[in-house]
This record gives sequence, C-alpha cells and structure tokens, in this order.
Amino acid sequence: MSDKYHSTKFQDKIERNVFLMLIVTLVILSVGGIVEIVPLFYLKDTMEHNKNPEIVWDRQAGQTLNDWQAGDGVRPYKPLELMGREVYIREGCYLCHSQMIRPFRDENERYGHYSLASESMYNHPFQWGSKRTGPDLARVGGKYSDEWHVLHLRAPRDVVPESVMPNYPWFEKGMIDGERTVKTMEAMRMVGVPYTDADIASGAEEVKGKTEMQAIVAYLQVLGTMVKFDESKDYR
Amino acid sequence: MQASLDQKYNFEVVKWFTVASIIYLVVGTLVGVYIASELAWPFLNFDIAELSFGRLRPLHTNAVIFAFGGSSLMATSFYSVQRTCGVSLWSNKLAWFVFVGWNLIIVAAVITLPLGLTSGKEYAELEWPIDIAIAVVWLVYSFNFMMTVAKRKTTHIYVSNWFFMSMMVMITYLHVVNSLAIPVSAFKSYSIFSGVQDAMIQWWWGHNAVGFYLTAGFLGIMYYFVPKQANRPVFSYRLSVVHFWALSFGYVWLGAHHLQYTALPDWTGSLGAAVSLAMIIPSWGGAINGMMTLSGAWDKLRTDYVLRFLVVSLAFYAMSTFEGPVMAAKTVNALSHYTDWTIGHVHSGALGWVAMVAAGALYHMIMKLWNTEMYSAKLVNLHFWLATIGTVVYIIAMWVSGIMQGLMWRDYDEFGTLTYTFAESVAAMHPYYAMRAVGGMIYWVGGAIMLYNTIMTIRMATARNTNTTSVAAAA
Repeated sequence: MSDKYHSTKFQDKIERNVFLMLIVTLVILSVGGIVEIVPLFYLKDTMEHNKNPEIVWDRQAGQTLNDWQAGDGVRPYKPLELMGREVYIREGCYLCHSQMIRPFRDENERYGHYSLASESMYNHPFQWGSKRTGPDLARVGGKYSDEWHVLHLRAPRDVVPESVMPNYPWFEKGMIDGERTVKTMEAMRMVGVPYTDADIASGAEEVKGKTEMQAIVAYLQVLGTMVKFDESKDYR
Repeated sequence: MQASLDQKYNFEVVKWFTVASIIYLVVGTLVGVYIASELAWPFLNFDIAELSFGRLRPLHTNAVIFAFGGSSLMATSFYSVQRTCGVSLWSNKLAWFVFVGWNLIIVAAVITLPLGLTSGKEYAELEWPIDIAIAVVWLVYSFNFMMTVAKRKTTHIYVSNWFFMSMMVMITYLHVVNSLAIPVSAFKSYSIFSGVQDAMIQWWWGHNAVGFYLTAGFLGIMYYFVPKQANRPVFSYRLSVVHFWALSFGYVWLGAHHLQYTALPDWTGSLGAAVSLAMIIPSWGGAINGMMTLSGAWDKLRTDYVLRFLVVSLAFYAMSTFEGPVMAAKTVNALSHYTDWTIGHVHSGALGWVAMVAAGALYHMIMKLWNTEMYSAKLVNLHFWLATIGTVVYIIAMWVSGIMQGLMWRDYDEFGTLTYTFAESVAAMHPYYAMRAVGGMIYWVGGAIMLYNTIMTIRMATARNTNTTSVAAAA
C-alpha cells in the first residue's frame, strides 16, 4: 500500500486534527439540506395558493368553521375532524395509507385530482405516507357513507373481504376529550394554523359526547373535499 | 496478554453493548416477523389496540434501527476507537451513562409506541421527552468518541473513525431539526412544520437515518472489522478518502427522491434523483474497497465463517446501493413508489448489509473481548446460511409483490378502464406476504442461534477464566 502515505496536504491536515475534521464535516453535511429545504419556505411557487388564491378559504370576519361549504377552499380542521386526525395518527394509519395523489392517469381515475401542496398547509405533521398497503385516502371524503365507514372501521372484512386492515372496535368506546381538543387547537394555532379565539372557545362544545369513531369518520369525510378543482387548470 | 488489554482499554461497557445488541436483534426481528404475519393473516391483530399493525410497526422499526443498530454502533465504535487510537475511552463513566441512557430510551419506546403515543412521523415516532433524551445521550456519546480520538497515540485518525464521526454529526442535525415540535402534554407534541416543508424535512431525516446511521456508521464498522478479520490492510487509502467525502456530501441530498411526483416542487425531487444516481460511484467505490481488501486472502472464506458474514454483507451493500439509484430514477419511481418494492429495498439493505456486517463484527468482538473461540463454529456457519437465505426469500417476495402491485394499479383493459380494483391487488399480495413472513422467520432463527451461541461462548470463557484464576491462586 504505497499510496497510504501520500495524500493532499489538506486531507493530511484534517486527518491529524479531530477538531478540524469535525468542522469540515459540519460544513459538508449541511449543504444538501440547506439547498433542498430552505427555499421551500420562501419560494412562492411551492404553495399553489400564491398563484391561485381561491384554493384557500377566504374567511370573512365573524364566520365560524361551520359556515364553510365543501369546495370553499382549504380551511383549518373543525374540532371533531382534528381529533379524528389524532386517532388516525395514533393508530399509525399513515403506515399503510397515503394521502398524496400523483399526477398520473390511473391515480386520477382511481383517487381523483392530484394533490396540491396547499391542501396540506395546515397539517402538522403531514400525513402523505409512503406506502399503499391500503388505498390512498387523500380524496376519500364523500366517497362512502358515514354508515359504511363505521362498518368498515369496526370490521373491514365485513365490507371488503380482501382487506388486511385490523378491526378497530375500540373506536366506538373511546370518547373525545374536550379539554384536550382545546389544547390541541391552541398548539395548532401556535404553529401557524389560523384558528380564531371563537373557534377554540367552541372546541370543547363541538366534541362533547362524541366517540373516536365519530371523530375519525368526520376526518375521513372531509379529506380532499376542501378545494373545488378546475380540471382545465394546471395548478403546478 | 488479555489481562493487560483489559487494563489498557475500557472493554466492560463494550461487552454490555455487544450482548444488548444481539438481544435487540432477536427482539426487533421477532416483532418484524409478527407484523409481517399480520399482513398475511389479519386475525393476528386480535382486536387488541396494542397489538395492531399500525402501533407495532413503529415498534419494529425503532427496535431494529435504534435498539439493535444503535447498540451495535456503540459497541463497535467504542471498541474500534480504542484499538485504532491506542488509548482507553476519554471517559469510561460517560460511556456507561450512554449505555444506561440508551437502554432507558429503548424501554420508553417499548412502552409508549404500543400505547399509540406517537408524533406521527415515520421512523421518528418517539414523542418529545424521549426525543430530548435521545439528543442528550447522542451528544454525550459523540463527545466521548471525539475526545477519545483527540487523545489518540497515532498521528493520523483511522478511516473507520471518520465514518463514525460523520454519522454522529449528521444524526445530530437530523434528529434536532426533524423533532422540532410544540408539546401539548407530557406525551403529545406537534411538528412545527406543516405539509410540504414537513414532508421534505421528514424525508431528509428518513433517508439520512439510512444514509448515516445505517450506512456511514456501518461503513465505519466495515473499515475496521473487514481488514482485521481478513488480516490485510484496506485495499486503497485513496478510494476510502473519495468514498468518505463523496458519500458524506452526497447522501444528504437524497431524501427528496422519496417525494417525486408529489406536491413537493419538481426541482427538489429531480435534484434528489440526480444526486441519487451519482451516489452509485462512492457506494460502489466503498464496496470495492471492502471486497478487494480480501485480495490474496480469498481462501480464508472456506474456513472463516465470520469473514463470510462480512463479505456477503458487502455484496448486499453493493446490490442495494445499485437498486437505490435505479428506484430513484423518476420513471422507475413512478412504478415503485408506494409499493412493497420499497420495503424489499430497505430490507436488502437492513438484513443483508447492516445486520450481516454487524453480525460479523459482533462475532469478531466476542472472540476478542472474551479471549476465546466461539462455542460452536458450526452454529456461526448455520446462522450465516439462515441469514443469507432468509434475506433472499424476503427480498424476492417483495420484488414480486411490489412490481406486481405497481403494474396492477396502472393496468388498463381494452375498453380503457382500470383493470383491477384496489382490493384485487390486495388479494394478489397474500402469497407474497406469507412468503415474506417465512423469510423473516428464517432470518430470526439465525439471530436466535447467534444469541444462543453467544451465551454459551461467554459461559464457556467465564468458566475457563475462573478455573485459571483458581489454579493460579492455588499455585
């Protein structure tokens, strides 16, 4: 190994000094992340609503979340939907279901219009998923009735014999906690979701007496219904 | 000789990490086999929340990555840093702090994940108090390691230590940024990032947990243990310099390839894909560097079963670092994304590369640390074959099921409508899910044999040492 003793001067220097090596490593390792992540926070075309403002709900003063109609645009989740999302995260649904439709013909026909970045702008954390052991859920809202969802969550194979999804009988026993709902909404506001004081004040009342089953069904039913799409338009 | 080594180096903590690592290998893969079986036979969820797939799957990934992977990294790095620097650890006490802390974190994970306490970010599910504990223990571990390197007796820092350091720095970056969250209670917090930014940060973390924890760290293992076990110097110093810097610089960019065709801007996904393709150069450079270290010593493979683990792990490393860039190419990714192919790819890396190179290193260390041969060389060989066959069965099942899924989802009949419902694609997966569970089971048996062999070896060595001591005392 004759080349073992020959190197560039700088490499030789680095190899003799652990602190120099640490500093060079710190710099080298930060480049990729900075280049790929930082622009996403300020480049306007990352979020489609900068070009197409109608994607986001234009909420008038005094309007409550219940004044929103399907297709009015992206809005924060209602308290019950938000707590349904909690159940979704707790059970690890994102490990088998994606919420991100890609712009392909088959996905368009199977699931609907491709997903927009703006559609998950209020999602802390995002739930795009990475695997479709089950189908994509980005636009599952309105595709099935509430009753179907209850039957399916209780025992999936009763309605879809091929399914490998677990049964979730405990959803009907679990109750949504009002205090926790309010806390969750407050935390969401802290990270940038535009809940009003009135929204948060109504949180406990909105989920009173509701089960986890009702919450997760409410969440599933709103998925993908917020934006009304113009099929002739290219949003990206 | 051994007594003087024990006095010179801090080996006791390394021994504990070594045994812990093997136990976690068995436990982590057992959970994997169980959840694989749940997908093949869903009744195994038993309507029990704590046993359902969605809660056990994070337990599996955390157990194999952080419990098994982490313990083997800490065992091998604390061992090799002492040997390559010719000094004991900077602080033996801090090393014990790391051992106790890391294991408490693992206990906390085992309790919280089945209870559904999760941040909801894949491979980073642990909640904020545990995240803080991880950051503290990790920084102490890194600090102790670097200070040990700083007080070394050699002039130059050995290559394995570069890779360990690169891992320590990057994991600190990743863990801290990806875990930034607002807590609402003792066990619930929300990511401060949302949507597309959260997705990019998550996969920057996700792919580099693979790239630095499971690749750079385990390359550190490779660069120390392959030359040691083969008793040859590393093939090329220059190649290792190129390998190190190119890999460290390049891997960071790859996360974006997990988000191609999603709502992530196209420039980011394409950039990730382009760098991914280029990464085959450092990856194969490293694999060749490891393989060629054996040139002139290939005959050893006939008799040295530990070396077999190391060499086959490099073969899997070369294979999965070829597969990775292929899957990152946009046209392939359009098919492979969201399918079992991804799961297969991860496991060819995890079972074939990570766990095999770790097994080789752990066997090597057991023999050195307890100054003995293995209790049974035949069982080492049996473990080797079970691990190889198990991995191959697993990844073949996932290749077939993954590509089949991708093709079924996009298939059109002669009327221009989708040929298959989603449910039909699920039904078609059943035989492959069963086959995957069997492959995983074979792999698990190999790990269990390793644990048995290790226990017997330690008992044998301890009994002999006690005998020699008493003989010496009698004399």
